Amino acid sequence: MLHFIARRFLVLLATMLAVSFVVFAALELNIEDVATHVLGQFATADQRHLWLAENGYYDPFLYRYLRWLMHFLIGDWGRSIHFKEEVTTLIPYYLKNTAMLAGISLAVMTPLALLLGVLAGMREGSALDRMISFFAIATTSIPQFASAVFLSGIFVFWLHLLPGASPMTSGFAWRELVMPVLVLVLAGTGYLTRMTRASMVEVMSSAYVRTARMKGNSFARVVLRHALRNAMVTPVTVVMLYIPWLLANVVVVEVFFAYRGFGTLLYTASLQHDVFLIEGCTMVAVVAVVSTQLFSDLAYVWLNPRVTFDAPSEKTAGAAA
Amino acid sequence: MKTFGALLRSPSALFGLAVGAVALMTALFAPLLAPHDPLQTITPLALPGSVAPDGSHLWLGADFLGRDILSRLIWGTRTVLLWSSLSTAASFSVGVSMGLLAGYYGGKLDTALSFIANTLLAFPVTVLYIIIITSFGASGANIVIAVTFASAPGVFRIMRAIALDMRNRDFVAAAITQGESALAVMGREILPNAVTPLLADLCLRLGYTAITVGVLGFLGLGLPPPTPDWGGMVAEGKNMAIAFPHLVIFPCIAISLLMLAMSLLSDALQQIAKGSSRA
Repeated sequence: MLHFIARRFLVLLATMLAVSFVVFAALELNIEDVATHVLGQFATADQRHLWLAENGYYDPFLYRYLRWLMHFLIGDWGRSIHFKEEVTTLIPYYLKNTAMLAGISLAVMTPLALLLGVLAGMREGSALDRMISFFAIATTSIPQFASAVFLSGIFVFWLHLLPGASPMTSGFAWRELVMPVLVLVLAGTGYLTRMTRASMVEVMSSAYVRTARMKGNSFARVVLRHALRNAMVTPVTVVMLYIPWLLANVVVVEVFFAYRGFGTLLYTASLQHDVFLIEGCTMVAVVAVVSTQLFSDLAYVWLNPRVTFDAPSEKTAGAAA
Repeated sequence: MKTFGALLRSPSALFGLAVGAVALMTALFAPLLAPHDPLQTITPLALPGSVAPDGSHLWLGADFLGRDILSRLIWGTRTVLLWSSLSTAASFSVGVSMGLLAGYYGGKLDTALSFIANTLLAFPVTVLYIIIITSFGASGANIVIAVTFASAPGVFRIMRAIALDMRNRDFVAAAITQGESALAVMGREILPNAVTPLLADLCLRLGYTAITVGVLGFLGLGLPPPTPDWGGMVAEGKNMAIAFPHLVIFPCIAISLLMLAMSLLSDALQQIAKGSSRA
């Protein structure tokens, strides 16, 4: 067990290191660009040169990378050019807003998707199954900016029930959170539903469920007491993988509704070529993704005693089946 | 061919094929189908169905610069299909060739390629797009590069898993014993066995890449204006959508319909792939 965690952790660290190198290379390999972005377009060549010399940008690239990495590790992430604030004070505030949005979406999405998935998967091929499956495919296919447009059309412009933007300028407002949550839930429920359904179908066609049924148990009892627990293994690990999905997808939703979250922050940073802020945001996003992958692996092993800790390859085989 | 026959028996696959074919035709014959020049200013913010000064109809209205929305949608089909298929083709060429090499040779090459793939997969995709496009600039070629970085690792994993599995089969061993070159074994023995799963992934990815092209357009990172682009149309019309919903509704319907078609097609292909692997 410890061996497994340690090995996964080492892989995680190596990935992080590689990612940090890629990010640094992409953003700071061209030092003239960095100087232009920091000092603005109208700085003279002399001013850029002076700034670059002052900040050690004429040092060799690898040396600069290692120094940046050291600073990064001790929490000196630089100042945002656009917001004129420390990156380390900006990110937590925006990340908190996104965590709230993502948390509420997950809390709505998970029970809904599990319920729909179980209902669809317990009788494969039934009318209910086909209806839910179609709904799942349809909702996952619609791009979020499109569903944001459709839902705003209905709830904001037609029914006048909700506000169309969520900047929360005058403090926290529940009403402004509804639309972004709705769009995320609509986009995310389908995939989890399909995963749950596939898992449920698999379990329902297994021998032990047939045995339980033949022993004379009612259908409801077989589903609830025999099938459900085994069918939940895959979806529970998939829920963990939603965190990277949410991080990737909040950008569109947050930009659409002008919600002040992590996605908007990264988006603004990249539009403004705010080098240090982009670096900080990217590293935070990657840490979140990689650590949820680790947690998801652990959860899978913990929930499925047939998988041993030393053979992580079995996990992928089990998940694919 | 058997796959194709099975596709024709599934209603959702038929729907997907039909919408795909219509989109393809629209893209190919855009100059003939579009009633107006997609860049020509006619009547700014004209409502759907209104009549232009020259007596022609603006069936879906005009945008804030007076450009006919129907014509822009038709030309936009070309943008979406062209860039999403180019990007998907690039991702598949990279992913499939790297996956074949990694699965066939294994060892250090496999470890190195898998590590690169996992590093790229550690980025949330949108973050990857934003970083690549903001550092290299918004253009069609950079969309292709960004999508390749984001989706080649996924294709790589599928191909690698199949190649790893096939590597130990008897028919591959037989081909090697016969003295066939590594390239021939990979191309003629291993690749044909990966066609159905790759095809299912291709459909899905084609759809997702179409979404990506739309999303990038929406975020202002897609093709630079005034190229007709569905996502870009939504971004441009978004702030006026309260008064003029037709600016955004039609491009949204277009992209949703195309995506739905691709997903249904991919789902049908997956069903067929599952069925044939069971048999």
